[in-house]
Amino acid sequence: MSVHAEAIEEGHGTGSLGVPNLKLAMWAFLGSECMFFGSLIGTYFFYHDHSLAGPLPKDVFSIGITSISTFLLLMSSLTMALGVDAMRRGKALRSRNFVWGTALLGLTFVGFQVFEFHHFVTEKGLTLATSLFGSSFYVMTGFHGAHVTVGVIWLSIVGWMIHKGHFGQEKAINVEVSGLYWHFVDIVWIVIFTFVYLLEFAK
Amino acid sequence: MASIADFARAPAPTYHMARPPKTGLMDWLTTVDHKKIGILYGLSGLFYLLVGGLEALLFRIQLAVPDNDFLTGEQFNGLVTMHATTMVFLAVMPIIAAISNYFIPLMIGARDVAFPRMNAFSFWTFLFGSLLLNSSFLFGGAPNAGWFGYAPLTGSQYSGSGIDFWWTGLAMLAISSMVAGVNFIVTILNMRAPGMTLMRMPVLVWMILVIQFLLAFSFPPITVGLILLGFDRTFGTVFYQVSMGGDPQLWQHLFWLFGHPEVYVLILPSMGIVSEILPVFTRRPLFGHHAVIFSGVAIGFMGFGVWGHHMFTVGMGPIADAAFASTTAIVGIPTGVKIFNWLGTLWGGKITFPTAMLFAVSFIPMFTIGGLSGVMHSSPPIDLQQHNSYFVVAHFHYVLVGGALQGLFAGVYFYLPKITGKLLSEKLGKVHFWVFLAGMNLTFFPQHFLGNHGMPRRIYTYPADAGWNTDNMLGTIGVILMATATLVMVYNILTSWKKGKPAGNDPWDASTLEWMTTSPPPVHNFDFTPVVLSERPLWDHKRTPGFEIPVPETSESIHMPSNSWRPMLISVCILLIMVGLLTHLWPLCIVAALGIVAGVYLWVTEPA
Ligand code: HEM
Ligand SMILES: [Cu+2]
Repeated sequence: MSVHAEAIEEGHGTGSLGVPNLKLAMWAFLGSECMFFGSLIGTYFFYHDHSLAGPLPKDVFSIGITSISTFLLLMSSLTMALGVDAMRRGKALRSRNFVWGTALLGLTFVGFQVFEFHHFVTEKGLTLATSLFGSSFYVMTGFHGAHVTVGVIWLSIVGWMIHKGHFGQEKAINVEVSGLYWHFVDIVWIVIFTFVYLLEFAK
Repeated sequence: MASIADFARAPAPTYHMARPPKTGLMDWLTTVDHKKIGILYGLSGLFYLLVGGLEALLFRIQLAVPDNDFLTGEQFNGLVTMHATTMVFLAVMPIIAAISNYFIPLMIGARDVAFPRMNAFSFWTFLFGSLLLNSSFLFGGAPNAGWFGYAPLTGSQYSGSGIDFWWTGLAMLAISSMVAGVNFIVTILNMRAPGMTLMRMPVLVWMILVIQFLLAFSFPPITVGLILLGFDRTFGTVFYQVSMGGDPQLWQHLFWLFGHPEVYVLILPSMGIVSEILPVFTRRPLFGHHAVIFSGVAIGFMGFGVWGHHMFTVGMGPIADAAFASTTAIVGIPTGVKIFNWLGTLWGGKITFPTAMLFAVSFIPMFTIGGLSGVMHSSPPIDLQQHNSYFVVAHFHYVLVGGALQGLFAGVYFYLPKITGKLLSEKLGKVHFWVFLAGMNLTFFPQHFLGNHGMPRRIYTYPADAGWNTDNMLGTIGVILMATATLVMVYNILTSWKKGKPAGNDPWDASTLEWMTTSPPPVHNFDFTPVVLSERPLWDHKRTPGFEIPVPETSESIHMPSNSWRPMLISVCILLIMVGLLTHLWPLCIVAALGIVAGVYLWVTEPA
């Protein structure tokens, strides 16, 4: 099979740039996602301090709890990196454990978010319709949470494929690419946590 | 002397596929072949071109005479909105997608795109999105808030269910375009034949590469804008609620941050087509080949920094106005570079004028007229006069019809013989060209004056004593001419497809790889992977000793991707989610979302 014919097998060829198709596609997609989250976060700040009714960010955020969930998400990037590394070195079971561990940490993060939303709605009286803050906060963090959820499902499937022996060292790219996505989602959260949560208390 | 007949010597390749190929209708529904997907895009685009044209014809009849009551104001608004939305998203973009799909792999010497199933997914998502959008005519009326759908007019206080079809339909088109963008970025960067360096890529491939970046990076802002709109209308958020402090400028920024790059998505491929056609029919290399490429890239980058020129009248403030005015004027520079390069190509050429060349040549002055009026309203004080008047309508129709559409027509006459294997009738082609050119100028040139005489856009009728009667009547006659010309083209396409003269591999004695294979090409495109030695591989093969493309003695073994239902399955689930949002049937949304998860699992576990 020529180099070229091989490149057509979806995603698994190493093409003209010397980068596998799948990885290049993920980078292009993440570029697009930067614009997506950029627009959501931009909307949040476009409307910052424009709300006509309370509660305001300072009234609802609890940095302590969110710091814990942020820490868990950061740790999940570590486990993800370890999972990718293990697969590159051909240690499938170790990789599976780290990948599933990452998914579990991600799931915990989503759990925290559900708890946070629930708390804001029932205790603090902040709903989607309360104010510009409510609308832009929930939609922005909600779409981030949805991305984490997609990541959790994805990693669970990746872990399952490793478990079943479908992904071995020669297909480490599949784990690596899910890792790229995961790190991206994590970075978006760091931006949100820093600028939306922490900065609120810096003033 | 080498000739393209040499390539017939190559032994036929052997295939291996994961599953036996399907035939007939089943094949079309499950195809992952870029050529078939290209044809599907092309037929859909052509269909919607006629639909959009019919809509225009209807509202031009209304505007032909003053105080007319052929249409109500409501119907007029719906038709204008759907005309623009259809032409931009459902006619021109799909025809561009058709050309990209069919020809990018052929031009770079590849067997398919990087992700064939994702490609099919893009098509079905586009098709279902377009049907959803148009089904609004049957359920409660078309969207009627204008193609740029300014908030808060699109809010539920002011607009009916048409807007729900509009935002859900457009959201599907956005998904489709973004996925296609990623797919083609990878294809062009990573699937090039050996020796096809970036600077040896045809200009059309370059322009399509640029627009894929524009698609991937400019659709997210409008997607977010649409999501916010959908949330406002469906879940009671207050993003665009002025009474809650919402700012109408938010939507405008999100829309135009998409909207301006989008107009380059529409024009750059036509610039690429013109840059491919002029050298062939002047028998000269493209003048300043690299300058044409780099100016296209520059236009792409700058396209992200000018969106505010659509908002000069909104009151962004003097600093923003000044910044956007200068960036806008500066975009004129790379545009001018291209125009002079085309003129330089024509200069001293041995020119022949088949229909493709007529359209390509007339692209230059027609586009330039539109570009010049664009530069005029890059100046805020001038734009304050021209904004929202027919002058702007004249501007964007010169660039879109005289530019983008004429470029695509040139592409139809130039490239269709490769797809059908048959030449189009030159006689009918010339009728098409001259009648269309006359109609276009009859409609849009007087609109410059209409605008300067104060006629605003989007009014459904006007008084008899405003001084606008003649120009409007001319406009309606022009549209009838354009419609007739377009029907002549459709007739030409259909009859030539059935019984046109055989085209042969290389009817125009051209210089790029797509002409070295048969017309239509075999499923695997090329019997052997060509090695590219220059910017004009086929030209040099035919004329420059030492640059012959080597023909291998041994046969290649090719892995061909197999038909798959997965792409359409996932598109259907996305459609169902949108229907669920429209009808507030939340369980449907949840089931469809689970369907997507299942579909993706089936997708990744399916042997390609
Ligand atoms: C030389 C380059 C160009 C410049 C400087 C330019 C400038 C402008 C400006 C300032 C406006 C806003 C006018 C107003 O609403 O008051 C405008 C509108 C528009 N332009 Fe251009 N333009 C250029 C090229 C193009 C091209 C190539 C296309 C499309 C192929 C295009 C499509 C449009 C459209 C569709 C609108 C109107 C949007 C709407 O209000 O519905 N322009 N242009
Ligand atoms: Cu613009």
